[in-house]
Formats: sequence, structure tokens, C-alpha cells
Amino acid sequence: MNAHGIVHKYGDNVDTDVIIPARYLNTASHAELASHCMEDIDKDFVNKVKEGDIIVANKNFGCGSSREHAPIAIKASGISCVIASTFARIFYRNSINIGLAILECDEAARNIQDGDEVSVDFDTGVITNITTGKTYCAQPFPPFIQNIITKGGLMNSIQK
Amino acid sequence: MGMTMTQKILAAHAGLDYVEAGQLIEANLDVVLGNDITSPVAINQFEKCGAKNVFDKEKIALVMDHFTPNKDIKAAEQCRQVRNFADKYDIKNYFDVGQMGIEHALLPEQGVVGPGDAIIGADSHTCTYGALGAFSTGVGSTDMACAMITGKAWFKVPSAIQVELVGSLQKFVSGKDVILHLIGMIGVDGALYRSLEFTGPGVASLSMDDRLCIANMAIEAGAKNGIFPVDHVTLAYCKDRFQREPKIFAADDDAQYDETIVIDLSALRPTVAFPHLPENTRTIDEVGQHQIKIDQVVIGSCTNGRIEDLQVAAEILKDKKVAKHVRCIIIPGTQSIYLHALRQGWAEIFVQAGAVFSTPTCGPCLGGHMGILGKGERAVSTTNRNFVGRMGHTESEIYLSSPAVAAASALTGYITDPTKP
Repeated sequence: MNAHGIVHKYGDNVDTDVIIPARYLNTASHAELASHCMEDIDKDFVNKVKEGDIIVANKNFGCGSSREHAPIAIKASGISCVIASTFARIFYRNSINIGLAILECDEAARNIQDGDEVSVDFDTGVITNITTGKTYCAQPFPPFIQNIITKGGLMNSIQK
Repeated sequence: MGMTMTQKILAAHAGLDYVEAGQLIEANLDVVLGNDITSPVAINQFEKCGAKNVFDKEKIALVMDHFTPNKDIKAAEQCRQVRNFADKYDIKNYFDVGQMGIEHALLPEQGVVGPGDAIIGADSHTCTYGALGAFSTGVGSTDMACAMITGKAWFKVPSAIQVELVGSLQKFVSGKDVILHLIGMIGVDGALYRSLEFTGPGVASLSMDDRLCIANMAIEAGAKNGIFPVDHVTLAYCKDRFQREPKIFAADDDAQYDETIVIDLSALRPTVAFPHLPENTRTIDEVGQHQIKIDQVVIGSCTNGRIEDLQVAAEILKDKKVAKHVRCIIIPGTQSIYLHALRQGWAEIFVQAGAVFSTPTCGPCLGGHMGILGKGERAVSTTNRNFVGRMGHTESEIYLSSPAVAAASALTGYITDPTKP
């Protein structure tokens, strides 16, 4: 399992209110949520994001509300992986549960820049910045988490 | 090595004698909670996976509080979906308009949650119930869906920060000032993945409303849960209220904590969190009088919509008028608090002062309805988050405070020290 795409870079404490503002929580439609993804921190995100792109951010990404709409909006917008120094715990759990790949790697988060081309190998946890040629090592997912993400989320993974 | 209070509750719910930080466990749950925003996503998952029934219709709580009374057609459709689900599975604790309150004010008041429980809720402020001596944490809709089917959830056992409280609070200083002070000290990720365990001789002086407010904002420090010991205040609150028998857990004497933070309650001053993070705190003395002009005041929410919150607001607003340029919105947490405010004459005080007094709703706290901010507007709010755009326009500003600071500020139109009238 791998990810490969262009990086959209953000700072510390990117909260769930800027990822998907509450004014759009009157819908559970993935496509509709995606159309407002990152709206209050980066109005242009939905226009520039391409299938497979990667979000990189600093500490405490996804802090705030428990809204699963936040990782859903990110995944449905085409993002293949989020890399951050640290994640807020509910967002971390929600991302895995809905099958959005996320990796904690402080060194990668600090060094990778907006617009860099990055690839991720989820089996080894190796993050490669193709633009600069540098590599970083994150803790790889254990097989049961990889299974959840490959199947597209926890509910799919437990269905027979 | 001893266990923390959180670890003991988790061990008991996992059928284990002992757990330690970092251990993965599966715990049986006493209550699974959802609201009108998170439940529809969970119900979609529940139905998609072909579940035939819920694990226990008595142990699920569904509270229609965020965008209610329905703010628009889409919100109405979301509530309708949850209402149909509650009907179909005969969910006992389904609360709709007329009975509902803000979930974290309502469930303790109605005795749905209590000491010793293990609770998950698809709402980040589910950590509120730690005030009652329960393990309680926020999760997402998928965890809620799974838990409605199985009655279980997996957890990584957290380590803890001990917050030792000494002394007692001064007049017009409240639980909100305690938690804002703590978040200001440790930051919005200062307790990430960990428990905040409140201990010490100062606990006994804190009312249940203060404790609920403090535990409510544990998540704003990134904590998995916040928790208070069970004492006579807890048991008095639960008497004739809690629907089950309280189970009292206490931390072992030799429990291990990552660190201990001591807070002298007597030394705390009214505290305000500046935009755009709850950690940007300043004491009211650092803010200064007549420095920050405001457009709106909100007194309410799952953090500060309880009886003592409205009581202090009524005390400050009595026989006075809200500043002409300020919109003051006061929202009780539940129907019972609303009724109490009517009977005590507080509702009349609010209306005479020029404030609005609304039916319970989460409404403005998350920028849903009932008090959205426009471009460049500033609010003093007793809610829990002041993120960019949380209450409306991305160029609006939220200053988090206690009800006393909010009410005093409503009168002057500037952020104001309630202790210096």
C-alpha cells in the first residue's frame, strides 16, 4: 500500500472547525463535505487538490470536535495520506476508522514544504520527499490497521 | 505499581484486575451517546453493515441539541433520521425538542450517567461526565456505530497528569477560570492522549457545576478524559437522580502520574482565552478594563449553561442594562434549568436587562444558529472553543470566559472584571 502526491502544507493546531466548518454539518454527504474541505483555513484548497495529494502539518492536527465529517471531507477530497508531527486523539482514531491513512513523523512534518512531491510506503513507514531526495521514517501501521485502511474503514473491515 | 482512577475504571470494564498505560483493552460500555450531527453518520454505518438490533436499548442516549429546534431543512432531515432510528429500536434515552437539553448538561441531570461508568459519546465534550467519577471520552461516529451494535469499545489505556487542587475559589471566580488557567499552562495539546486526574483538598470546595465545567474542557488540552474523585458532593448530586447504583473507584495511593501540577484555587483570577486558541489565556488584570470592545455575549453551552452559571449572570445583570451596542444571548442547558430560571425570576432579570433568553440549544457555540458573528465582530462567550470561524465569519473573534466575566462585559460593552464593579 502506497501514497504518492503533491503536498499541501499547514501549521500547528489545525482544528476540525477549519477542516470542515460546522455550518456544513447539516449533511452527511461525502461529496458535499469534500466541497468545503479546509474552507476556513485555505479557501483555494478544493480548487488545487488533486487525487492522491498529501496533507502535511505540524503538531496537534485535527484538534477540537469529534466530527468524523473532518477526516471524511479530507478523504473524499482525494487526499491519500496526512502526515503530521502529532494528531489530536479523536481525529487519529476517526481517520483510521474511516480508512484515511495518517502518519505521525515530526521530522518529515517539519522539513517537507508546500508543493513538494512526496511518496509514502505504508508497509515500511518510509516517507520520501521526491523533490529534495530526503527520506524519513515513520512508525508503520501494524497489519490490522493496514487492513482497516485497505478495506476502506472499520465497518467494512469487520463485515464478513 | 498502583493504578490511576481512570485505569481502575477501565480495568473493571475490561474484566481485568490490572491494566497499565499503553495497554490495549476492550471495555464494556454503560452508555453510548450521539447527537443530531454525529448520529446520522453512525446510523448510516449501522444500517450499511446490516446490524439487526442495538446491544441494549437502555444504554444508548440520542440527544437532538446542536441544530435544534431545527435550523433548516437539512437539520430537520437529520433529526428525522435519528428520530426514526430511536422509534425503530425503542431507544429509551432519546431526547427531542421539549425534553432535550444540551447533552452534557442533560445526561448528568437526568441521571443517565454516573459514578464508575464507562461512557463513549460521538461528541468531543463527552469528557464532561468525568466530573461524576466516570471514565468518559469523545469518539467519532464509526466508534459510536460499532458500540451501538456490540456495547464495547477498544482503548489504549492512558497515562495521567495529576492536577492537585488546593485552597478554594474567590467570589466571581469559577470552574471555568480553573480550566482556562490550566489550559493556559499546559497548552491545547498539553494532555494529548492522557487523562487529567483532579485531586487534592481543593476538590471538596468545588460544586458539581464547577466540576462539570472543568471536566468538560479537558479535551481542549487534548486529554482523553478528565476525572474527579467521588465525594459527598458527587453522591449528594446523584441521590434521587442517578438511575443506577454508583460504583466508586479511587486512584491507588501509589498510582503513577506522568507529572503533578498544583493549582492554588485561592490565587486564581477571572481568566479569558483570547482568539484563536483556548491556550491564549490572560487574567482579567492583564486584559485591563475598557480595552477590548465587544459586539456580542453568549452565556450558555455544555460548558456553562447550568444553574450556577445563570445564577451568577442574574446576580450581575439584576436591575441593570446590557450596553446598547451589545447583543446578549443567554441559553439554559436544559428544560429543567430553564424552568428553574423562570421560577427564580432570573428570566425576567435577563429580559429586563435587554438580553435574550432562549430555549436550550448548542446553537451559537459552533456557529450553527442563534447568534452567528459577522466579519470583524467580537464575542465574549462562556463556550469552549475560540477557533477561527467557530462562531461565524472567519474574521470574527471569540474571547472565552466565565459567566461572571461575560455578564459584567455585557453591561459595559468591553471585557470587564466582575470583581471590580
